[in-house]
Amino acid sequence: MSTPILQTKSLCRSFGAVTAARDLDVTINPGEIVGVIGSNGAGKTTFINMVTGYLPPSSGQILFEGRSILGKPPRAIIRMGMARSFQVAQLFPELTVLENMLIALVAAEGPRPSFFLPMASAKRMRQAKELLAEFGVERFGDSVVSAVPQGARKLIDIAMALISTPRMLLLDEPTSGVSVEEKFGLMDTVMRAVRHHGVTVLFVEHDMEIVERYVSRVLAFYSGEIISDGTPAQVFADEKVRELVIGHGHGTEKKRNMA
Amino acid sequence: MIHIDRSMVGLAAATLILAAAGGFVPDWLAFILTLALAKALVVQGVVLQMRAGLVSFGQGLFFCVGGYAVGMGGHFFGINDAPVLLLAGALAAVALAAVLGLLMTRYRDIFFAMLSLALSMILFGVLVKSSELGSTDGFNVHPATFFGLSFKTEAYKTALYLLTVLLAGGGALVLHLVHHSGLGRMWEAIRENEIRVEYLGLSPRWLLYANYLLAAAFAALGGGLTALATGHIDPEMSFWTTSGEFVFIALLGGTSHVAAPMVAAVLFAFVRTYAIEFTPHTWQMILGFVLLGIIVFLPKGLWSLVRSEKRAKA
Repeated sequence: MSTPILQTKSLCRSFGAVTAARDLDVTINPGEIVGVIGSNGAGKTTFINMVTGYLPPSSGQILFEGRSILGKPPRAIIRMGMARSFQVAQLFPELTVLENMLIALVAAEGPRPSFFLPMASAKRMRQAKELLAEFGVERFGDSVVSAVPQGARKLIDIAMALISTPRMLLLDEPTSGVSVEEKFGLMDTVMRAVRHHGVTVLFVEHDMEIVERYVSRVLAFYSGEIISDGTPAQVFADEKVRELVIGHGHGTEKKRNMA
Repeated sequence: MIHIDRSMVGLAAATLILAAAGGFVPDWLAFILTLALAKALVVQGVVLQMRAGLVSFGQGLFFCVGGYAVGMGGHFFGINDAPVLLLAGALAAVALAAVLGLLMTRYRDIFFAMLSLALSMILFGVLVKSSELGSTDGFNVHPATFFGLSFKTEAYKTALYLLTVLLAGGGALVLHLVHHSGLGRMWEAIRENEIRVEYLGLSPRWLLYANYLLAAAFAALGGGLTALATGHIDPEMSFWTTSGEFVFIALLGGTSHVAAPMVAAVLFAFVRTYAIEFTPHTWQMILGFVLLGIIVFLPKGLWSLVRSEKRAKA
């Protein structure tokens, strides 16, 4: 059996009296596309923040490809082969989209960028343009990020995360702030890219239609605990999940009943 | 591959023209230009930090270290060659910055600004209390040789002017490369979004540490040249108003091009010289109005005039 790409053991995190993560035992295998669902405050983002080194857990273990990443700063975890995108796209707002990509390319080449060789080399320019084309945002290349629509910013954020050729990608609400018309197009683009790069994906999402359509496995969080873990069909059929996370009148159930 | 662009050609040409002018310009002008270009070197360091999102109100610390290294080298160690003294000053500043940078790179925004100011004022206090170093009066700097060659008064001033022009021009060329390099653009990225830089796998702190060291070296070179030009050093070099002047010039020129600090430093020198000449009791007010005008009408500094001109043509 292959080593899990990500494994957490008894992972806990408290903020004063509030427990955001309680004994989380999660195992993600290479190649899986896992969705994390849960209401606000369920502990989803806390989980991603702990796994990517942004937040230290109160106790427990985190293993990436069998190696402990506990206590490591985010940059070290990124260098090990993990990457993440953010709920609010974390870009360089006053630089152009192309410059954002070039910076990510420079960073991917090593922790000590050259102090005299130009950033905008012909090779990097070509790579950056290819990546923008892969994500369908090449038309924004010369635009300053702050002038680019929200959906495109999300795609650029994810494209930058993929530049380091990670083996695992964590996406925090990739469709939040994106219009209903855009969300499936955005997710299709993202999923095509992650499959092309052979990346294991774990993503937090509130939109159950997105989860149902794109993931092979769902983790349902409630009050810092995982209350259900299985295929989308299994998790959405779970009475506890319907009661505490998605509600009985959720669209996926309605659609299923109608079908 | 290093790509030679128009800015580099322009900088090299301006350096050569300024150097050639050394043979013709009157003494008073050569002196003003020497001091202005020495100051421009310090301002290059301030701009370097501004591009990374940091504002130092304490660059006088390294300016003073460079000045005192030159003065003390001649006074206490018998070193009299200008390039060696300047190099010693830059190394001393980098060594000090290597220690202080460990602390400074933990701070951002106003905390960085105030801490830098505090450190420069500590040096000021130490120097004021050091009678061996002349206390508040400081001491005179021995005339230096240039690569072993000694010059009489007039030729000495010209040699120093040439050395200053070459260092200011060469320094600007080096920084132009740095600004467009992977490291230089990464400093801008840190200014824009430090978290993202961390999540690209780099350490913002260590990148800023390199920035701090480089800025210190440039400040020390400027301090050393100033000491050689004026023939005197005193603790005022580390006083907060001196550091404030560097920030003033940086704002005057803007941060978008390495030529901006040089143009701004020369303009500042002339405005100040003539303001003192014509209104000796209110010259600070005139400088204040100049800064006010720049901030209101040219928030990105004088160089934004050149940039907007280019944009208009394009």
